[in-house]
Amino acid sequence: MKVLKYILLGIIFGIILTKSEVISWFRIQEMFRFQSFHMYGVIGSAVLLGVIINIVIKKFDIKSLDKKPINFVVKEKTVIRYIVGGSIFGLGWALTGACPGPIFILIGNGFSIYIVIFLSALLGTFVYGILSKKLPH
Amino acid sequence: MIQSAFETIKQPWPWYVAGPMISLVYFTLIISGRKLGISSNLKTMCTILGAGKKYQFFNIDWRAYSWNLLFVLGLIIGGAIAQLYLKNDLPIDLNESTIQDLKELGISNFNNTVPEDLFNWQNLLTFRGFIFFIVGGFLIGFGTRYADGCTSGHAITGLANLQIPSLIAVIGFFIGGLIATHLLFPLIF
Repeated sequence: MKVLKYILLGIIFGIILTKSEVISWFRIQEMFRFQSFHMYGVIGSAVLLGVIINIVIKKFDIKSLDKKPINFVVKEKTVIRYIVGGSIFGLGWALTGACPGPIFILIGNGFSIYIVIFLSALLGTFVYGILSKKLPH
Repeated sequence: MIQSAFETIKQPWPWYVAGPMISLVYFTLIISGRKLGISSNLKTMCTILGAGKKYQFFNIDWRAYSWNLLFVLGLIIGGAIAQLYLKNDLPIDLNESTIQDLKELGISNFNNTVPEDLFNWQNLLTFRGFIFFIVGGFLIGFGTRYADGCTSGHAITGLANLQIPSLIAVIGFFIGGLIATHLLFPLIF
């Protein structure tokens, strides 16, 4: 049952990002050229509603489905890793027109060349894992 | 009636439909005790492939993250369903100036989700293929782990929880994206 739930959520997410064209290299180019509101609208409205959802959960102390307190993400308070790592990812995002989710969604859509991009991303994560202790964070 | 509803779904979805639907998925995940974050699957996959034996970074119990791998499986299926059953055949309604800018770079095919004159197997062993596929993919995998998250983990989950580190990461995403688009593209196309 739980297996089906996460697959189903992934299916829904994949359909949303395909139909709203968030997986499109062209839409990412529009975004990085500030020539369309579309991507900003998608991310902005999702974040705004996410903020409201989090406030409501905290205010009414809503528990998860298995009655546990909900864990909110708290990121380590540094700067270098976010600005440097973020910029490196941003370069890849503009080149491929895809972030990690859309890579898989594009493969599902039949753009098979993204399998190469996926394998390169896997290699990138592997190399980061090897070097992580030597990099400034 | 059903026919026309189906025709509506097949049209491109506006941002004010997609954004709230993304936050519904976000809500369903956190209420299930999980969180929306897709790039960490790349780490989990490295662990499954055996990277944890030699490198401590990958020495994690991947079973704890298996729900997220199922989510990724869903992403692939969802993409296939959208392509097979929900496709409309019109090109993406891009801003005219974006089309003009990209034409100047040499893109001529605007008919599909990605520029097919660039993202095809014939380009794999060319300079452009190397930069756009191999280097591009590598930077995604390396950068997301270095930054501890991608668009879903930082730009949505992190910002929704008002995390300053996530805001810094998103600024980083744009520094990289703007450099690539405005400085590198004119050189590598």
